[in-house]
Amino acid sequence: MDEHAARLHRLRWHCRRALLELDLVFQRYWQRVGDDVDAEQAAALERLLEMEDHDLWELVSGRCETTDPQLNGLVERLRQV
Amino acid sequence: MKITQRTFDAVIVGAGGAGLRSAIQLSESGLKTAVITKVFPTRSHTVAAQGGVAASLGNSEEDHWHWHMYDTVKGSDWLGDQDAIEFMCRKANEVVIELEHYGMPFDRTDAGKIYQRPFGGHMSNFGEKPVRRACAAADRTGHAMLHALYQRNVRANTQFFVEWMALDLIRGAEGEVLGVVAMEMETGEISIFQAKATIFATGGSGRMFYSSTNAFINTGDGLGMTARAGLPIQDMEFFQFHPTGVYGAGVLITEGVRGEGGILRNSAGERFMERYAPNAKDLASRDVVSRAMATEIKEGRGCGPNRDHVLLDLSHLDPKVIMQRLPGIREISIQFAGVDPIREPIPVVPTAHYQMGGIPTHYSGRVVAPRDGDPDAIVPGFYAAGECACASVHGANRLGTNSLLDLLVFGKSAGDSVIEDVASHPKSLPDLPANAADYSLSRLARLDGQVDGESVHEVQLALRRTMQDHCGVFRFPDLLKEGVSEIMAVAERVGRSGIKDKSKVFNTARIEALELDNLIEAAKATMIGAATRQESRGAQARADFPERDDINWLKHTLWYREDNRIDSRPVHLKPLTVDTIELKKRTY
Ligand SMILES: Cc1cc2nc3c(=O)[nH]c(=O)nc-3n(C[C@H](O)[C@H](O)[C@H](O)COP(=O)(O)OP(=O)(O)OC[C@H]3O[C@@H](n4cnc5c(N)ncnc54)[C@H](O)[C@@H]3O)c2cc1C
Repeated sequence: MDEHAARLHRLRWHCRRALLELDLVFQRYWQRVGDDVDAEQAAALERLLEMEDHDLWELVSGRCETTDPQLNGLVERLRQV
Repeated sequence: MKITQRTFDAVIVGAGGAGLRSAIQLSESGLKTAVITKVFPTRSHTVAAQGGVAASLGNSEEDHWHWHMYDTVKGSDWLGDQDAIEFMCRKANEVVIELEHYGMPFDRTDAGKIYQRPFGGHMSNFGEKPVRRACAAADRTGHAMLHALYQRNVRANTQFFVEWMALDLIRGAEGEVLGVVAMEMETGEISIFQAKATIFATGGSGRMFYSSTNAFINTGDGLGMTARAGLPIQDMEFFQFHPTGVYGAGVLITEGVRGEGGILRNSAGERFMERYAPNAKDLASRDVVSRAMATEIKEGRGCGPNRDHVLLDLSHLDPKVIMQRLPGIREISIQFAGVDPIREPIPVVPTAHYQMGGIPTHYSGRVVAPRDGDPDAIVPGFYAAGECACASVHGANRLGTNSLLDLLVFGKSAGDSVIEDVASHPKSLPDLPANAADYSLSRLARLDGQVDGESVHEVQLALRRTMQDHCGVFRFPDLLKEGVSEIMAVAERVGRSGIKDKSKVFNTARIEALELDNLIEAAKATMIGAATRQESRGAQARADFPERDDINWLKHTLWYREDNRIDSRPVHLKPLTVDTIELKKRTY
């Protein structure tokens, strides 16, 4: 398996979270993007997944915003219903 | 395949509240301890708990462990073991204060003590009036608790195996437990963890229902491993449902919504709770509301094309109330129901929330299974704590905030028992059977070699639908009967399921297939337990047996995987030091 594919495999597992809300958001995300995630998006996702679950949910549900331009696009995408 | 063998004094499977609390006990006593976990410890489901943890500290008003014990026995509908309940309620103050010393940022009173809030079912003076017993850290109690416990473990040098999945128990010739076989997700490699003591703290199995408040990780792995090892699982028919989970998603809508004036409506737009609970209406207790909803749906008054849910209407409320007093609800509705509750009602269904049953244990955390006429015979080397275990303190129905307490008390006592048992058998590790990993390897080989396997996703969906439709909040005889044969048919499909991606690195498809092997065991135990128990008690509500039957059913159900055999154990009605809390009708 090449390195990028392995990276996406790892990311998929890291999307298993403690809060059902986030599990559902990430399930929807992967259904949409499939394996079409480039290195830049993967890096953004990795950073987002470092966050604590409650903070991440506040961000994804729109109750707070990020000032980080690298994360903005991804957060927008996760918010799309 | 090369199999690495690792040896420890103790191996703990699970790094939620229960596993981490056990690990502190063991590591601080100097035992060489490994904790295996599917996800990073602070992503365990304990993080989701918001309400709080119960302890009769009496910081806000007079309280007593004996009153807490009474509430818990009554809440359990007398199925809880009174020795275990006394043990838990007496220990509550100690474990909560310990947690405070570990750095848990509890909310505080002006005087600097732990602040306590009221919670459903907490009463003073043996059921007289509500008392403030719940200790919380804002609305992030579980999160704060898990962080405090994790930090303490880091200090104590607990060795974590993060992103490892335990696959099966290893048992010796005498039935004693010798460790587990586990898979490292990053490499797909298999290791044997040999240990003098094995503690299961794998959490719940709420994913078995189509509508569940539980995160994806709660697949009952500890139950599956226990059942495959030939040991029984107890009281699984008792599953607590929350009335308002978002239809299709499960995400919990808090009771507060109905408190602020939200109304439940059926397909005719009728406020049906007026018929079921003329006084309390939409604010009746969880089980009453859930059963009313299930009856409306069963009788054809559900909403939507499949008539399978009801509506929670907030549209008559001032939008300001929704935005200010119910923060988060609007976001949840928009995200997961696609409706803005300011204008449209939220589709909701009764949703599985908490498993009262599990691996039967003594209050010392030691796993028990009947042997040679002793219903409480100990399984040497095996311990369990937390939601996967059944001590049994929750009996037929758990009181809010008693679960976090259960993790602390029984996590700690399981740890103490291991220390005691290891000290009394100081000999080196017992020998492993020659073929210790073979069973797990054969399961993996079956999965990899399966030709034309059925999709894991589809079989899992069939499992969850079967449980929801046949074994939900209100149980009807015709549906249960069909449910038993349907779940057995699903079990056959699980045995034929397959995966397309056979790669090794973080193969989520393989992990999900292995989780499904566990979920099906938990589901069979639940369905068959529900079909067997001919009474209504706590969370088991049968349309054909509407009353509690203490003459025939005041006992714990045991389910064995082999031939779906059902057995039972007596309920421990005798507490440790006080008088038995005598049987009474449970009314509030
Ligand atoms: C939304 C929600 C709110 C709640 N609120 C409250 C509340 O306010 N108060 C209260 O008392 N209770 C509450 N509960 C219940 C309570 O949170 C849980 O019962 C409790 O957190 C379970 O803790 P645990 O340690 O048993 O398991 P978990 O926290 O679920 O941890 C299980 C651990 O086992 C690991 N694991 C599982 N299988 C394997 C395997 N095969 N191999 C390796 N590792 C494995 C996981 O990685 C994880 O680390 C709530 C539950 C929900 C769903």
